Amino acid sequence: MFKYVLKRIALMFFVFFVILTMSFVLVKMLPVIDAAQFGKDMELIKQRREALGYNKPILVQYIIFLRRSVLGGDWGISEALYRSQDVWKIFVSKLPATLMVNIYSMLFSVPLGLLLGIYAALKKNKWQDYVISTGVMVFISVPSYVYALLIQYVLCFKLNWFPLQMNSGTDYFSWGMFLSVVPAVLSLGFGSIASLARYTRAELSEVLTSDFMLLARTKGLTRSQATVRHALRNSMVPVFPMILGEFVGILSGSLIIENIFGVPGVGQLYVNSITALDYNFFMLLSAFYTLIGLASGIVVDISYGFIDPRIRMGER
Amino acid sequence: MAKKQEDYTNIPKEKFEFFQRDENISDKRFDTKPVGYFKDAFMRFCRNKSSVIAAVIILALVLFAILVPIFCSNRYTESLTDTTYLQYGKLLPKWEPLAGLGWDGCKNDTLSKDNYYKLNAIGVETGQNPITKIYRSDYQHESAVSNTTFYDVRVDSYTRNGMIYLNLTEEEYKAVQKWQNETKIQVIYPAVDTSTLKVASLKNDANIWYKCNNKGLPLLTKDGKYTPIYKTKGSDGDYDSIRIAGDDGSYRYAVVNGTSEAKSYKVRVFTYTYFQYRYGFEPSFMFGTNAYGQDIITRLASGARFSLIFAVCISAINLILGSIYGAIEGYYGGAIDLVLERISDILSGVPFIVVTSLFQLHLARKVGVVPSLLFAYVLTGWIGMASSVRMQFYRFKKQEYVLAARTLGASDARLMFRHIFPNALGTLITGAVLTIPGVIYSESTLTYLGIVNLESSNMTSVGTMLSAGQASLSTYPHMIFFPALFISLLMISFNLFGNGLRDAFNPSLRGTED
Repeated sequence: MFKYVLKRIALMFFVFFVILTMSFVLVKMLPVIDAAQFGKDMELIKQRREALGYNKPILVQYIIFLRRSVLGGDWGISEALYRSQDVWKIFVSKLPATLMVNIYSMLFSVPLGLLLGIYAALKKNKWQDYVISTGVMVFISVPSYVYALLIQYVLCFKLNWFPLQMNSGTDYFSWGMFLSVVPAVLSLGFGSIASLARYTRAELSEVLTSDFMLLARTKGLTRSQATVRHALRNSMVPVFPMILGEFVGILSGSLIIENIFGVPGVGQLYVNSITALDYNFFMLLSAFYTLIGLASGIVVDISYGFIDPRIRMGER
Repeated sequence: MAKKQEDYTNIPKEKFEFFQRDENISDKRFDTKPVGYFKDAFMRFCRNKSSVIAAVIILALVLFAILVPIFCSNRYTESLTDTTYLQYGKLLPKWEPLAGLGWDGCKNDTLSKDNYYKLNAIGVETGQNPITKIYRSDYQHESAVSNTTFYDVRVDSYTRNGMIYLNLTEEEYKAVQKWQNETKIQVIYPAVDTSTLKVASLKNDANIWYKCNNKGLPLLTKDGKYTPIYKTKGSDGDYDSIRIAGDDGSYRYAVVNGTSEAKSYKVRVFTYTYFQYRYGFEPSFMFGTNAYGQDIITRLASGARFSLIFAVCISAINLILGSIYGAIEGYYGGAIDLVLERISDILSGVPFIVVTSLFQLHLARKVGVVPSLLFAYVLTGWIGMASSVRMQFYRFKKQEYVLAARTLGASDARLMFRHIFPNALGTLITGAVLTIPGVIYSESTLTYLGIVNLESSNMTSVGTMLSAGQASLSTYPHMIFFPALFISLLMISFNLFGNGLRDAFNPSLRGTED
């Protein structure tokens, strides 16, 4: 197991570096904005560019990039979005908003999704199951921005329950802040409730019809005992890694929901860095997104082994 | 039913007869036709009602995307040079057959007194009153200043703009007059003598043709009529066409400016009838217009057509690439498989958003926005297809019939694509169909965020329409409603259709649904 984990992590870093190199080369091939147009910041930006080796061959630049940025944590300064401020500091300051929205949405979507899925599986082919399955189908299919806009129109504008946009302050635990993130949290949560419910229902209803459930009932367990102790545990084997993977993914946020509700988070920063052509931000955030994606994949794969020892045995 | 025989002990001998003495006994030939894999899948698909409905909806949406740009395009939607679109932005949806259900291009509104009289004046002057219904008139609002009163009314968005000032050349001026004489529809209304108006905003407002105070409130006559202040002096370039009621021939219909060689005629035109003159039909937009005045239904249809074609292309390319790659991986196995798997591992680790934005930054300038988006999708899209083909190859390549074919001397390519590959077709078709909604979804997300910009004068995308509409979500929700409805319907029906296909192609589910 240990060897397997090490192997996976080593492979992850290899993939990460390949992607990082690709992005680096591609970004370096783009035209650089003339430093002269920055006015009073011209000298500062020139010096920073000199330090990052802008005038040297690309291989040297790459080595400087690896040493300074990837290992040293100095990702340069922003040139377009936040003039001459440190990219890393801005990035870290954007994280809490994204984290908060995502954690709230996980907190209400995971239990709700699991409950709905379990309920639908227990009531399989009855009207409750049909209602839940239809709702799940709709919420999985309809793009998240459609119901985000619907929520914004109905709850925020017509009923006036919540503000249209998220508050921009840093008082993350005040009541006003909480109210202002509710629309974003709701629109993020619906999709994951639906996918979780569908997955749980499929897994649980498969386990419920398997032979060992029949054995459990014949040896005298009640229906609820058999369901909770045998069926539920087994059905959670593939569901739980999925939840874990989502937990890793909460760092990255949702580009479109953050855009609609004005969440001052990482996703919006990324979109802005692309439209404003702020390369340093772009490099940092691309590396960040790549790392998050790879890490959540690995967490899912490895957690299978921890949750279900049978998979660990079969691995070799 | 025959009479039931109760007593079996004494059956008379003559009642017995031989059964089948001269015929030979043999199996009956099947009269039914054999049911193949695809036919069986099709039959089971048809039994799934929701999928069939979904297929019909998809067909309807595709027809919408194909037919609307052909049949609904007219001189208005094609007039690319008309950048202002006559201030016909943000018109509400209007469709005559369902006008009674509120699809009439009108909107409930609360107007202050001066605005109410202004809109009413348009009705008095042109005969087409923008105020179609009055719910509550001349009431005082608690929160407002004491001496202002309000009106709750239903306003027609097509006529509420009323008049605008236009500067026409001599030919244009003559042509409008000629058109007026032919159709008996009045476009040009008399010019206004602005000398009595003291405030600049009122002087520039083409809708003020009556005496009013400095706040724009009309000074009515004793019997509640507007007092016209039309121009009676000066030249109007020999206006010779329809005159408004009550005109004794003294009203002037244009203000002539410029030199004698290049005269320009400043005229007041009614936007509604000027639209008719310009484009040959009465303005009526089934889905309304956007902020620039562009017709939403044709733009939505052209955006949808692009999305559908694009998604189908990508799914076809992914299908071909993925099946070749997966076939090679699965068939040869060993070291080739290991190397190819690592390559696809690395590619699948690249976040799609990073690829797209890099490609947009790089390639968009050289090869255009659409091809670079296509490359971004193709770069990682085929991996899922490849892995499912690879799995099928591993399952079937060791089977006896493959061995038999190999013994008969079939080549590798023949074994791969004639004997093993058809086994993967079912999953591949399902995968290809389910790729389409995925592509449409992420394409609309990217255009919504503005990372990809497909907007041009005759093309748009659903995402761009949504993000443009979000700015006026609270006041003009129709700009978002129709694109959102379209994409939601498309997504739901494609997913249902794909799920139905998956169940139909899965032989292990045969018989379970009964």
